[in-house]
Amino acid sequence: MHPAPSIILFTVCSGLGYGLAVMLGLGLLDPAALATKLAHVLALALIGGGLLSSTLHLGNPQRAWRAFSQWRSSWLSREGVMAVATFVPLTLAAALALFADRFWLPLALVGAAMAVTTVYCTAMIYASLRTVEAWATPLTPACYVAFSLAGGALLATLFAALGGGAPRGPGLAALLLLAVAWVLKRAWKRRQSALASASTPATATGLGAIGTVRLLERPHMTENYLTREMGFKVARKHAAKLWRIALGLGLLVPAAGLAVLLAAPQGTPATVAAALACLGFVAGLLVERWLFFAEARHAVMNYY
Amino acid sequence: MTSLPSLPTPKKLGLVIDLDVCVGCHACVVSCKEWNTGGYGAALSDQQPYGADVSGAWLNRIHTFEVVPQGGEIVGEAGDARIVHFPKSCLHCEDAPCVTVCPTGASYKRAADGIVLVDEDKCIGCGLCAWACPYGAREMDVAAGVMKKCTLCIDRIYNETFEEVDRVPACVRTCPANARHFGNFADPASDVSRMVEARGGIDLMPEQGTRPVNKYLPPRPRQPLAGMAALPLAENTEGARGFFAWLDGMLDRI
Repeated sequence: MHPAPSIILFTVCSGLGYGLAVMLGLGLLDPAALATKLAHVLALALIGGGLLSSTLHLGNPQRAWRAFSQWRSSWLSREGVMAVATFVPLTLAAALALFADRFWLPLALVGAAMAVTTVYCTAMIYASLRTVEAWATPLTPACYVAFSLAGGALLATLFAALGGGAPRGPGLAALLLLAVAWVLKRAWKRRQSALASASTPATATGLGAIGTVRLLERPHMTENYLTREMGFKVARKHAAKLWRIALGLGLLVPAAGLAVLLAAPQGTPATVAAALACLGFVAGLLVERWLFFAEARHAVMNYY
Repeated sequence: MTSLPSLPTPKKLGLVIDLDVCVGCHACVVSCKEWNTGGYGAALSDQQPYGADVSGAWLNRIHTFEVVPQGGEIVGEAGDARIVHFPKSCLHCEDAPCVTVCPTGASYKRAADGIVLVDEDKCIGCGLCAWACPYGAREMDVAAGVMKKCTLCIDRIYNETFEEVDRVPACVRTCPANARHFGNFADPASDVSRMVEARGGIDLMPEQGTRPVNKYLPPRPRQPLAGMAALPLAENTEGARGFFAWLDGMLDRI
């Protein structure tokens, strides 16, 4: 599948934003601290920026409002509805922290639950496609939610180190969530590697009963929308290398940073370590998300 | 509304494509593009039509496959491998995944005749329906930013200003080999239903659970080359009668 930068940016940014919103909703940071107020603003900015980025790949973005109508059947529509609805509790919670230094648990919990649900809906857009077998598993939403929470916990650790509270709690949570996320991702990856595709050129043409089916001529000599959108192949060559890069940046760097922070939770080194952990995680996640799209094989390519 | 019709549609309009007959001339491809670029919805645009990297939206494309039977070999024109031309357009699935994923309600399946259509005024061009379709039946029109697909030529099949014979999709009307047939699959007595029955019409990628309406008739079995007469046809005079039998005998004797 074509790894559209707008979609990669959207899933990474909004995932981090919602993750951070969950951590804020769980009350991990001191609502009176300046860092916490900044964290609220950053969470909303990441979510809003991500959503805006997601409209960039649309052919007619001016009609995007129509996407709120089909929540009964479409995960994309559900995601849109949830994203907008989630802004209500998150903005209210942010306003409470910003202007009244307050944290109101019921509102915060509702916001956190809705944030997780939105990330789940985003992932289900992909997991609901039978045409892309690598995505069509409950592990896909599990990974998306876990990465979102891990990223949120890492950001919360950074804001705690910047003065939002004691960094040890968020740091431990981040370490745990990071491990969970990558364990899930590894299971997802194993499933993907072991996949024996149910759809083949034989089933796609129905000619398998006669013999071995091989494409002789494409319909047209040049590329078309389908081959550009669904036939992306560059990544497979470097998939193993990119996976190791994703692991290094997204797991080892943050884990090392968190270890430093947990050993000495106060002072500049702790803050720098937390910042590096966040940066590494975001970079690793971008690579992971790029691979998620670029490596996925679509059933239509059985015709090409 | 992007939910699928809850009951089986009273009419199930679709195509039968005969893989035994298709000669791969691409006439249906061109005819489809010509008709639909001026018909329902936005024109089917091309990008760089006269440049090096030509590209555009097509609703019907022909792929060509080579099929080698078990133990068969590929030896030029005399081998066992066979060529199958494979026209592919929207299959108007009963369980159309492209419809249910649509976030705006632009994509829908008509309750009356089962035709899957896109309301282009509602389409935001997100492309998710093309991702959901295993057959590659949907292509984005890059110029208009909306999704295009086969409409079964709804502006022909119900057009009463046309002669009866022309009230079929453009691809069917134009096929010089008669490899494409249009009809109602809900009626067991229709031509298309009987063809599917007689020839064992098949679904493409049944494992995707889409329950396509369009059916493909597999190529008829071929006689293996090994079983053919040893003498090339031109040298075999068996069964000649009259003057030619006499001439054959005389020439043998000389």
